[in-house]
Amino acid sequence: MATLPKRIIKETERLIADAVPGINARPHEENLRYFDVDITGPEQSPFEGGVFKLELFLPEEYPMSPPRVRFLTKIYHPNIDKLGRICLDILKDKWSPALQIRTVLLSIQALLSAPNPDDPLANDVAQHWKDNEPEAIAKAREWTQTYAERIVPPQE
Amino acid sequence: MRRSFARRRFQSMYDISDEDLTFEDSYRDSDEDVEDVEDEDDYVDDDDTDLDFTDVVAGKDHKKNYEVDFVVHSIEGIVKNQDDEVTHVSNILGIQKQHTATLLRHFHWNKERLIDRYVEDSTEVLNKAGVIIDNTKTSKLIKVPGFICDICCNNDEDLDTLALSCEHRFCKNCYEHYLTQKIKDDDGNLRILCMANDCNVIVDEETIELIVNKDIHDRYRTLLNRTYVNDKEYLRWCPVPNCEYVIECHIPHISLTSIVPTVECVCTHRFCFGCGLPDHQPSICVLVKKWIKKCDDYSETEDWISTHTKECGKCHSNIEKIGGSNYMTCCKCKYEFCWVCMGPWSKHGTSWYNCDRYDEKTIDAKYKQAESRASLERYLLYYNRFANHEQSAKLDRELYNKTEKKMVEMQQISDLSWIEVQFLKKAVDILVQCRITLKWTYVFAFYLARNDQTNVFEDNQRDLEMAVEQLLELLEKPIEAEIIAELKQQILDKTVYVGSHREGLLEDTAKGLLESRWEFQVDIKN
Repeated sequence: MATLPKRIIKETERLIADAVPGINARPHEENLRYFDVDITGPEQSPFEGGVFKLELFLPEEYPMSPPRVRFLTKIYHPNIDKLGRICLDILKDKWSPALQIRTVLLSIQALLSAPNPDDPLANDVAQHWKDNEPEAIAKAREWTQTYAERIVPPQE
Repeated sequence: MRRSFARRRFQSMYDISDEDLTFEDSYRDSDEDVEDVEDEDDYVDDDDTDLDFTDVVAGKDHKKNYEVDFVVHSIEGIVKNQDDEVTHVSNILGIQKQHTATLLRHFHWNKERLIDRYVEDSTEVLNKAGVIIDNTKTSKLIKVPGFICDICCNNDEDLDTLALSCEHRFCKNCYEHYLTQKIKDDDGNLRILCMANDCNVIVDEETIELIVNKDIHDRYRTLLNRTYVNDKEYLRWCPVPNCEYVIECHIPHISLTSIVPTVECVCTHRFCFGCGLPDHQPSICVLVKKWIKKCDDYSETEDWISTHTKECGKCHSNIEKIGGSNYMTCCKCKYEFCWVCMGPWSKHGTSWYNCDRYDEKTIDAKYKQAESRASLERYLLYYNRFANHEQSAKLDRELYNKTEKKMVEMQQISDLSWIEVQFLKKAVDILVQCRITLKWTYVFAFYLARNDQTNVFEDNQRDLEMAVEQLLELLEKPIEAEIIAELKQQILDKTVYVGSHREGLLEDTAKGLLESRWEFQVDIKN
């Protein structure tokens, strides 16, 4: 593998040294472009109390192309589909090379606080959210408990 | 034959004397009247008539109704046009040219709207278009001590850096990488923004030229030209692959129901400016579209099935009867029935092989089938002729080759020079043109309502078709020294005759379209 660009090294260093509250990102040892990410469900959201696993990959063209991010933990959210794909403008056409892993993860965290059913990726979930929001939120909470509840901390 | 000649002659007379509308009306109302009015024998049946007819057509000094004005531009011309427009608007608004260009592109090259809006609220226009005007600045590469590029984190001393008027500074390498990628995967609008997050300042042309290599810059230019031509309603690329000419023609889209704007590129390709398809005069675009869809459509297969088969009364299989008596047995469900009344055969008792059991239902079904059969037959009739001309037009190449050989041969066995045998090539040119026109006359006629107008049209069409065949026959005649002079004269005459008939037909059709004289079986407004 080619040497890692300076930018990625710096970003990684900063992610570890100066971590964002509620976000934990670690590169794989054998592939420094591949990150395991944990995002804690924001307070006062239906995802509160859950820890969501994501994978993040920096493609060859990064930072000219956006990172590829995907939820690994099941989540009931109108902008995240069954496969964990995320509908977020900065991951697509609004990407700017000045954005970073940190900003992307912060945006995802914000998306958990503010689901947007008007720009849905999972149509059925979005419809549910629009038709009966309290019921949809209850279901999201239930999923959080079922799939994202941390019982034992993964790191010893 | 004679009658239609008189009519055509008459129509062409009408073409030049626009004032006499009632004349045309009387002609339309009753063919007989017209023939009484005109001393038809003067015009019929001899070569003089044709020459006369030609003279009339050629004598018109105004543009023919089936022709449109157009100009062909080269790429350089298109670049110059853009430049002129930018300079012009730049002078009016008093802003730098590269920014004016960005604004114009944002407004899809609609100068008037840009100027109006700019005068109204220049701040909003600039904001939306992503332009910050600062006349004190032009994009240039500078080295900044202690600079760290936010994108690559490089902090080399001799790093070239660049900032647009928004002052977001990055290194040249990142910019080059970024611009190259954006230009390579262009998504059609070429709005390349500053690299900073949430900054909507557009990277202007000058900056792009400064940063990227020549290949990428050429591609960028090509894309700019492409969007320019696409944005302009009155410009269209020649559709021939790799042909890089642009046609300018000021026929608005709404006129396409009354005009067929055929244009010709310098590459000799003739096509319709309205829809981009190859020349389809005299049919208007909407008919052509309907026709092509009809020809492609699966529904014609269904027509065939409904026309040629009947359904088994029991298992509903489609059955085609290819011979034998009316006593049928369905090979699928073994149902025995009568082909005439479709009832069970057992009820036919003693009237062996002879059905007289007609009831309302079967008559109705029969009527329906007859109708569908007639409609299919009509379509096939027109389609076959259409396809026939299309096929013949494809054989042109061969005819051109043969003609070229013939031209050589002719020079060898006679004292005619190269110039003097050019009439052969000219004849083939006209022949090919006629083929294309004839092909589309069948589409036009297919959609015409049946009335006197249509009859006249079809008479003219038939005449042209016949003359074309005669010309072809002459062209295929073997060359013998003693008849060359005579043959040449015959071909010349026929060429003129055919050419002018084609023009007459196109002229009359075009004029009819302008006057909404034609009645169609389909709605041409949508």
